[in-house]
Amino acid sequence: MLKNQAAPPATSQPKPGRQISDRTLSQLFIWPTLILLIVINIFPLFYSLFLSFTNYSAIANRPPEWIGFANFDRLLNNDDIWGYFALTGRYAVISVGLQTVIGFGLALLLRKKFRGSGVITTLILIPMMLSPVVVGLFWKLMFNPSYGIFNYLVGFTNPATAPDWLANSDLALWAVIIVDVWMWSPFVMLLCLSGLSAIPDYLYEAAAIDRAGAWFQFRRITLPQVAPLLLIAVLFRTIEAFKAFDLVMGLTGGGPGDATQMISVEIYSQAFLGQFRTGRASALAYIVLVIIIAVSNVYIRTLNKVREG
Amino acid sequence: MATIQLQQVEKKFGNVHAVQPMDLTIQDGEFVVLLGPSGCGKTTTLRMISGLEAVSSGQILLNGRDVTWAHPSDRDIAFVFQFFALYPHLSVWQNIAFPLQAQGESGANVEKRVAEVAALLRIEHLLRLRPGALSGGDQQRIALARALVRHPAAFLMDEPLGALDAELRETMRAEIKRLHIDQHATTVYVTHDQIEAMAMGDRIVVMSNAVVQQVGTPAEVYHKPNNLFVARFIGSPGMNLLSGHYTDGIVQLLGSGRYPVPESWDRALKARLGQHGTVIVGFRPEAARIGASGALAATVYATDMHGGYTMLHLSMEGEGGEIIHARANRREHFKIGETVRFDLHPDMVRFFDAETEVALEEVR
Ligand SMILES: Nc1ncnc2c1ncn2[C@@H]1O[C@H](COP(=O)(O)OP(=O)(O)O)[C@@H](O)[C@H]1O
Ligand SMILES: [Mg+2]
Repeated sequence: MLKNQAAPPATSQPKPGRQISDRTLSQLFIWPTLILLIVINIFPLFYSLFLSFTNYSAIANRPPEWIGFANFDRLLNNDDIWGYFALTGRYAVISVGLQTVIGFGLALLLRKKFRGSGVITTLILIPMMLSPVVVGLFWKLMFNPSYGIFNYLVGFTNPATAPDWLANSDLALWAVIIVDVWMWSPFVMLLCLSGLSAIPDYLYEAAAIDRAGAWFQFRRITLPQVAPLLLIAVLFRTIEAFKAFDLVMGLTGGGPGDATQMISVEIYSQAFLGQFRTGRASALAYIVLVIIIAVSNVYIRTLNKVREG
Repeated sequence: MATIQLQQVEKKFGNVHAVQPMDLTIQDGEFVVLLGPSGCGKTTTLRMISGLEAVSSGQILLNGRDVTWAHPSDRDIAFVFQFFALYPHLSVWQNIAFPLQAQGESGANVEKRVAEVAALLRIEHLLRLRPGALSGGDQQRIALARALVRHPAAFLMDEPLGALDAELRETMRAEIKRLHIDQHATTVYVTHDQIEAMAMGDRIVVMSNAVVQQVGTPAEVYHKPNNLFVARFIGSPGMNLLSGHYTDGIVQLLGSGRYPVPESWDRALKARLGQHGTVIVGFRPEAARIGASGALAATVYATDMHGGYTMLHLSMEGEGGEIIHARANRREHFKIGETVRFDLHPDMVRFFDAETEVALEEVR
């Protein structure tokens, strides 16, 4: 070995046709990925930005025609669209709020190890690991007014008077929220658990010496120590809630009427239903993107503030 | 203010004893140091007194009240942790105010008490910072301030200077001692540093292997160690210990030295051993009196200058002669290999049973 290293590095000169240099090799690995990314991510990103200023329709056999801000103008002056934004906002606040409370609560319960706590934690995490389409389909069965088990579980034991959650325009949003909370509270729990387990025991020992009661310890130690991770969980869930699509499509398809027409569902409807308004759908998608970036920024600033105190 | 009593207090982790049953009474206002090598059970003892660790058996009394099973917050005791245990997300002011706010003190009162204790420890300029931004010494001051602010009945300190560098330790040691003099609060202080223990303690509890070896004033543990462990552990270097055979007023040391036993000790040795038997002679470096008429002889092995005195390392003469340490006047000079004669100050000699390693009692 030593002898080989000491010898002049004759092998570093590539012999044509037999060896490839490290540089060529790395390029060989990088370019396929880059091309893939450009074709399916970067190009659509910019192309859709272009389309949002045109009247393009994917099914009309004509080229995109530049119409300036007309799409944005129409969208932002449409009361229905504002209604869908409000609906999405309400859904996000309620759903993420419930997930935060339930997930944090579960984490507090599962924080101390006890017999079977590992198994219970794993079981609780299952919903999060399922495909949203599967979740949507089987909750559709659970919500079914004649043979679904959900009504039975919440106390409506008579199928004749039990509500039809997905067909009732007052309840459909709550049905989606229930499923979203069921599916994603475990995610909040997981992050909170890791935050809780990172709090050193000696802080609680010091607090016991300082004669702090349970509530004081929770407020002054547990909560501020978990806050950064809790906020990250809330950030992720809020972004996801604004993009809510797959669960809604699986459960209600935006209905009944437009009772669960979240903004992403609306984008889908504009793009792929009726007149296939590709240009307008792109414009709406960009509006949503701007909102999500703005909301995320607020969160990240709060997060930094919490970290620095 | 408080007295603390431990009665047959014991701690087992599984089958292993962290602390063997121990008795200890700490008087009101006393500064007691728990001293022993790492792993001997000092922290465990302190944690049992504080209530952070449950006893395996025995009783703990605080001012005569049985608190054995009381929660830490019901004991009115402050604990200064080895690694400070400050609340990292709270400012220094909030850290110090924590125990007051936890008790629901009014805002004005909290302001006043924090300001008082901050002035006492000279940390007013740090109040707005986070603990993470502070040096070790300042963090320790904050930890002390947090302990002091509540005026607890007693202080428990677990190696509070252990994480500091040497120079800072000296300063902080003086500060803690001064605080104790001013406040006169009962304090139990843990350290593995015997110099620190000697310097600070009204009384020292020497522990080893989960067992209390001796409880006494610094002078007692230094001059009258209960057993060989204490004799070796206290002092730097520790006590010189020479084994030998006692016959009729003379100890024949390993090698060739012959040591004539002082009269009061002769009676004790006779009582213990009869006419003859194996014994260990112990003496502190300063008990050796160097002089031409000395009964014992040794050759100079090495010398250390200590400014105020010279420490001689002597090799006892004869086969298997052990190395001993003797203090000499700094003005005298000794050459390596030179033969030195010396005597032992009769009041400063100790004898230990060679088998049990326990000290013999002088019979006056
Ligand atoms: N929580 C624990 N579980 C098991 N063994 C422990 C625990 N705490 C301490 N010990 C053991 O008890 C003994 C005494 O520990 P400790 O009181 O920390 O010693 P010291 O403070 O004197 O260094 C050690 O042998 C240590 O390993
Ligand atoms: Mg310790």
